[in-house]
Amino acid sequence: MKSKKICKILGKIGKYAFLGFWAIIVLFPFYWMILSSLKGYSAYNSEYIPKFFTTNPTFENYSSAFTTVSLGRYFFNTIVFAVITTAVMLVVITLAAFAFARLEFKGKNIVFTLFLSLMMIPNELIIITNFVTITDLGLRNTFTGLVLPSITSIFYIYLLKENFEQIPDNLYKAAKVDGTSDFKYLLRVMIPICKPTMITITILKIIECWNSYVWPRLITDDSDYYLVSNGIQEIRENGFGRENIPAMMAAVVVISVPLIILFFVFRKQIMTGVQKSGTKG
Amino acid sequence: MKKKLKGWLYLLPAILFLSIFMIYPLIDVLIYSFEEGYNFASQTHNGIGLYNYSYVLHDTYFLQALKNTFILVIITVPLSTGTALLIAMALSSIKKLRELFQTVFFLPYVTNTLAVGLVFMILFKKTAYSDGMINLLIKLFGGEAVDFIDGPYWAKMLVLCIYTVWIVMPFKILILTGALASVKDDYYKAAKIDSTPAWRVFTRITLPMISPMIFYLVITGFIGAFKAYSDAVALFGTDLNVAGMNTIVGYIYDMLYGNSGGYPSYASAAALILFCIVLTITCINLMVSKKSVVKGV
Amino acid sequence: MKVVLDKLCKRFPNRDKKIKTEVIAVDNFTFEIPDGTLVGLLGPSGCGKSTTLNLISGLEKPTSGRVFFGDTDVTDMSPEDRCVGLVFQNYALYPHLTVRQNIMFPLQNFKGEKKLTKEVMFEKALEAAKLVQIDMLMERKPNELSGGQQQRVAIARALVKEPKVLLLDEPLSNLDARLRLQTREEIRRIQRETKVTTIFVTHDQEEAMSISDIIVVMKDGVVHQIGKPQDVYDDPINLFVAKFLGTPPINVFKGKVKNHMIYIGNSAILKADKIDDREVYVGIRPEGFVLNDEGELTLDLKGLEVMGRDTTIVSTHECCENVEIRSIVSAETVIYPNMEKVKFSVKPLKTFLFDAETGDRIYFGRQEKRTYEEA
Repeated sequence: MKSKKICKILGKIGKYAFLGFWAIIVLFPFYWMILSSLKGYSAYNSEYIPKFFTTNPTFENYSSAFTTVSLGRYFFNTIVFAVITTAVMLVVITLAAFAFARLEFKGKNIVFTLFLSLMMIPNELIIITNFVTITDLGLRNTFTGLVLPSITSIFYIYLLKENFEQIPDNLYKAAKVDGTSDFKYLLRVMIPICKPTMITITILKIIECWNSYVWPRLITDDSDYYLVSNGIQEIRENGFGRENIPAMMAAVVVISVPLIILFFVFRKQIMTGVQKSGTKG
Repeated sequence: MKKKLKGWLYLLPAILFLSIFMIYPLIDVLIYSFEEGYNFASQTHNGIGLYNYSYVLHDTYFLQALKNTFILVIITVPLSTGTALLIAMALSSIKKLRELFQTVFFLPYVTNTLAVGLVFMILFKKTAYSDGMINLLIKLFGGEAVDFIDGPYWAKMLVLCIYTVWIVMPFKILILTGALASVKDDYYKAAKIDSTPAWRVFTRITLPMISPMIFYLVITGFIGAFKAYSDAVALFGTDLNVAGMNTIVGYIYDMLYGNSGGYPSYASAAALILFCIVLTITCINLMVSKKSVVKGV
Repeated sequence: MKVVLDKLCKRFPNRDKKIKTEVIAVDNFTFEIPDGTLVGLLGPSGCGKSTTLNLISGLEKPTSGRVFFGDTDVTDMSPEDRCVGLVFQNYALYPHLTVRQNIMFPLQNFKGEKKLTKEVMFEKALEAAKLVQIDMLMERKPNELSGGQQQRVAIARALVKEPKVLLLDEPLSNLDARLRLQTREEIRRIQRETKVTTIFVTHDQEEAMSISDIIVVMKDGVVHQIGKPQDVYDDPINLFVAKFLGTPPINVFKGKVKNHMIYIGNSAILKADKIDDREVYVGIRPEGFVLNDEGELTLDLKGLEVMGRDTTIVSTHECCENVEIRSIVSAETVIYPNMEKVKFSVKPLKTFLFDAETGDRIYFGRQEKRTYEEA
């Protein structure tokens, strides 16, 4: 009996040690970037063996991140990009999901099947022509060019449609009898009821926008239109001078913080949203 | 009639955008890939044929990218799925601190790949001023310092794999924890009454029950790893060909744009080759999974 | 507002697309509902009663036939133009709106001249809420209410726009037994107060019988009988109606008519003049049995259920279609449970004959077919 108990306790210790170890691996890069960002330029470079702490933290890296390079500009661009993309996308997908979930018309099922099959098409296949299209339209280095290709998401249409369909039919009938138009029903009943899903979609899309790199890189070469991802790459290659790592880390912290805050605020929605996207998609 | 039109009206924006930015490009990329000698400036070409494919397949950069991508896939997919399974199981079996661990483990999902990649680069890089964090650890255990960023091929590949695993883990842990939680407690209770040993519970109950999810993760893992690009950029910079660390997707973009760009035909051919590879592997995966996944649980 | 249904038919394509035949949900329904009455549409599930309701509300269009409200043909009108109130089994309240907002919702849809000011809407909503006695719950959300309260809100929402016709689709099915009794009285009271023509659908015969002015018994899309509840109970038109109404249900025996006598097994129980020899079903209401030591019908006693006011005798007989025969006698009757047999005579007016094949009623003795022009 006693040995069994000891085994159990040892197992428990092992589990926690394992989880703790992984937690360190996950957290360490975050710790390191904050730590490095607080070290002075000279202090950092004089540490042949990097120290795990700093005795005199400095915030000068943060100010130089905003002054030496146009981090503020990148920030602003990304926010504009994320807000426009997400807002337009929400309108487009809500209308489409509503049509699929609530309206009856010929060809609906065929179109929906077509949509679903398009979900399997990888981005790499279509990005080439999109690049050419946007270039031909003269939309390079504009927000329009950045936003246009990413304002529909079949997956989110699908997710929202599923959610819309869970609303009992009788609610629609009741509204119909009361003379509610389809559009009003969508606005006043469906959207408020599906608010949690809409919020999840919004957050996931914002994260996606914040982290998007490939398309912005293709479509912008004017640093006035860089998003944070391109900005960080620009900083790395031409920014502070290759060696000013503390300033670079300060920029990295500044870029990472908004998403991490968003994550802590909407942790539940984000995690269930991602889980849903994993199990259904 | 009015009702029929209404449905289409609501769908119109979505259909419009999808046609322009998805369906048309899909057809167009096929056309591009067969147009020989396409000139981006004059938008003309001088023939139809398979030359683009043959060029890409003989391009040393492409072959290098192909090799890199395959190594990356073969190492990271099993490694990340296996580790994620272990972590998910450990997570499901504890009560205290569970929420905290789950939150922490999910963090990499919400970080900017490029930004954190920079941190990884610094951790692994060996410069004139410093050997870097990781080399410090290696030396502590009696190893030799290596420059993981500008050094030998295996070292660079190792960092890329580590970073890729770090990035994909949150999704896999989340999905597997969910899958484990969805296995009904009754099965475990029944097993306990029959005093089934723990390893048998795992291989006979847990694993079969969550096998669909594991296969799903393997398939999406393959697809995702084949599309690896931005993590490589984060570690080695935009000029991946010079670093010898290019991926297939990286090759496509390099052909399209940048210093080596301006060849949408080659890019299209490479993209279609990638698509075929991914499709084949997914089909194989599906066939294997159909045979071994327990149905109806 | 009287409601007239004229040869109403509704057919649906079969859900299984391989089967070409259509499902007939409502078949040739003709009925005139007088102004201000409470009508119960009664039938087993899937009999087309809800479809009938949807045809009246306009949510579905009939395959053929017309619907009139008063003298106006509303068949081609959309639901909102018909001005009907609709209450559902699961209430269909908007979960994100408060009780007040729910009740006000229909009013906010008024357009043009009918458009109301905020104050008027407020007042009307309060009035409707007072009518169903939920005016103290105005700021709650639906999920903070009990089932009975939710149903009251649904009724208030249906009534607030002063509909010409009030339609209730299984309004009591989701409530527990006690609330059901209470709410059905409530519906009766509200209907009396507002005098609105009301049609409600139910599969519970007791519910329909207890509050309706008129009941309509349906099966498989076909109307079997229309009439005042007591008339339909006393004088069912066929075996289905007889079986469907009444608790405990009617006792049905296989029997025959021979030499103008009705036989169950070998016992001749009643005279049946003018009826030729044939196979029949004999239905006897539980209250149609009279304990009588010289009675014609001998049953095997199984037990007694003493209810206080009266006593149910449970017995069996080889010719009986029901598992057990239930007969209700007054509580003073003395029966010893250890008896093996009980003898009954039967009341002629509580006994019905039905054709063994079609189930149609065969009238015998003093019974005769009545027609109910004005129910």
